Amino acid sequence: MTIAIERPTQAQIGSSGASANGNGRYAIEADAMSVFYGDFCAVREVRMKVPTNKITAIIGPSGCGKSTVLRCFNRMNDLIAGARIEGEVLFQGHNIYDAEVDPVEVRRRIGMVFQKANPFPKSIYENVAWGTRINGFRGDMDEMVERALRSAALWEEVKDKLQQSALGLSGGQQQRLCIARAIAVEPEIILMDEPASALDPIATLRIEDLMKELSEKYTIIVVTHNMQQAARISDFTAFFSVDDNRSGHLIEFDDTEKVFTNPGQKSTEDYITGRFG
Amino acid sequence: MMALQSSQRASDPAAGFMPSGETYHGQVRTRRRRGRVWALIFQAAMLSGVIALCALLLSIVNRSFGYVAIVNEIDPAELAVDGVPLNELPKEKLVPILEANISSGLMRRYEHDMPFAERSRENVHGLILERVVEPQVEASWGLFDSVFARGSIMAEAEERFPGSEVYFRSWLTASFISKSQSSEPLRTGVRTAIFGSLWVVFITIVFSFPVGVGAAIYLEEYAHKERFLNRLIQTNINNLAGVPSIIYGMLGLAIFVRIMEFVTSGAFLSGGDTTANGRTIISAGLTLGLLILPLIIINGQEAIRAVPSSLRQAGFGLGATHWQVIWHHVLPSAMPGVLTGTILAVSRAIGETAPLVVVGASTFIAMDPNGPFSKFTVLPIQIYQWTSRPQDEFRNLAAAAILVLLVILLALNASAVLLRNRFNRNRANA
Repeated sequence: MTIAIERPTQAQIGSSGASANGNGRYAIEADAMSVFYGDFCAVREVRMKVPTNKITAIIGPSGCGKSTVLRCFNRMNDLIAGARIEGEVLFQGHNIYDAEVDPVEVRRRIGMVFQKANPFPKSIYENVAWGTRINGFRGDMDEMVERALRSAALWEEVKDKLQQSALGLSGGQQQRLCIARAIAVEPEIILMDEPASALDPIATLRIEDLMKELSEKYTIIVVTHNMQQAARISDFTAFFSVDDNRSGHLIEFDDTEKVFTNPGQKSTEDYITGRFG
Repeated sequence: MMALQSSQRASDPAAGFMPSGETYHGQVRTRRRRGRVWALIFQAAMLSGVIALCALLLSIVNRSFGYVAIVNEIDPAELAVDGVPLNELPKEKLVPILEANISSGLMRRYEHDMPFAERSRENVHGLILERVVEPQVEASWGLFDSVFARGSIMAEAEERFPGSEVYFRSWLTASFISKSQSSEPLRTGVRTAIFGSLWVVFITIVFSFPVGVGAAIYLEEYAHKERFLNRLIQTNINNLAGVPSIIYGMLGLAIFVRIMEFVTSGAFLSGGDTTANGRTIISAGLTLGLLILPLIIINGQEAIRAVPSSLRQAGFGLGATHWQVIWHHVLPSAMPGVLTGTILAVSRAIGETAPLVVVGASTFIAMDPNGPFSKFTVLPIQIYQWTSRPQDEFRNLAAAAILVLLVILLALNASAVLLRNRFNRNRANA
């Protein structure tokens, strides 16, 4: 069930490259990816292919490197001094860790939503507009802001107070604003690092609904601690665990349904049935 | 307070146990008492600070106001014409009186400064009081003595300075602020020093704020923290903040006054020679700028470090470059902290004396500075110089000048605080 990328791939990271995943089946692929903080191997030898326009959940016990893996997908780990990545992460057929790839471009095309809502201390409007402006957006900014806020199911709530501070919004609204901000720059993939972990159940539900909607246009990779959430929203699930050296590694990556009903590995079953982790 | 019933649980004493019942209540009381003692100690510390500050302020105020005993060279009554006292005479009568009592040279100088035809009556009257009546301060008393021991002051003045005029005088007057320096305590002023201070502080801010903030940004955002050279630089900046200010004065003398004389004397502008030979406002401003640079850098670094990393990540996550994140998010968030640090540093610069003595502030100068390349004096220098004069009245003048300095300091700080609050408010609203 291949879903073709509707939007033309802008020739920023070599769209001409007709590689194995150039057909758009996989949005991003990790190939033997290991992450080191100094000498410490945080994540070891990850191989996973994330399908396009699906929601992929990453689950696993604390300290197994879920967030680290997620941050590798848009080079956010570059900001951590001493972090080092081995192996390859292929995005549209190109290793995003190649020397000629600019991490700034990677991050624009692979957006990120963080665990704690972190709107800029600016107006709601400016929160959405800023990212597009610095990326050189030309056109009707008002219309663009409205579209992004509508996509994030926030427009109706904030349309009368666009010039007010984003910090005055509730936690759930702030998180949806962060999603609006992320999709405003038109990424292909959205990485979400426990986007609902700090929210109440109702706000969480709204975020989940939103993710479902967004997955029609975007590939979403979400780290979550909440297994029900993973089961509810994701199409694919990656289960990570941590070994005796405290290095995280991928145990299983499959259809969510299969992982939750008929896991291939004993440790996956133990984890999702609540026997450890 | 009611003792809470503690739950009765069988405990094994060998395994250690939590105290309960009366023992526990007693313990809580002891802990609270200990806390109260510490709170009291801190309160006492704060109070002694407040008391010291009050004592300082009171002694300054005490010196700035009070009775003076004035003896006139010539009794104004003697200058009365046809029974009309001096202060009621018209200008036409006053000018001959002045002419008769001062040298013709001085008269010509006055005429040269401003023709008598153009001078007002008050002006001529003032000149007569200054030059002819020539009041001299024989003694001065503090504010508290003046208020509480008025009788004995009068008696003492009567006994020691017969014929003197005793009246209550504020040393801090409008003319004290608006007049330039003079060797006569009753006629001197601090205008030159005020302008000098403002000029020097202006140069200091213009130099040290951008350089300091820039260095802070570099050290926090770009410099590789682990690298030996950067650690060395960081340690040195921290140490420089503690170097005695006179060392900076010597540095300023060597570099700005001597080596860079061609620039700091302004000779490169006029092309010719100047009298200031490097001992100018710009040398002083740059020296003080160097002095407070470490403070601004350290405070700036603190403020930049305090910007939450979530804000940076949000920026980076949208595909912003490092510089865009710094310029749009880090700096605006850090600005209130940076400004606070700068306020503190500039306050220090404004009160510095020692480095300026070395750099070569003029101790006696009657001409207002007209730019960064002119000779100057500043308020602290003026105060220092007055306190070292033998005459008692100059101590009163020094106290009044301290009040002026304090007011300027408070005004500068207040404006900086307003600026900072505006920054905060803008960020909260928009």
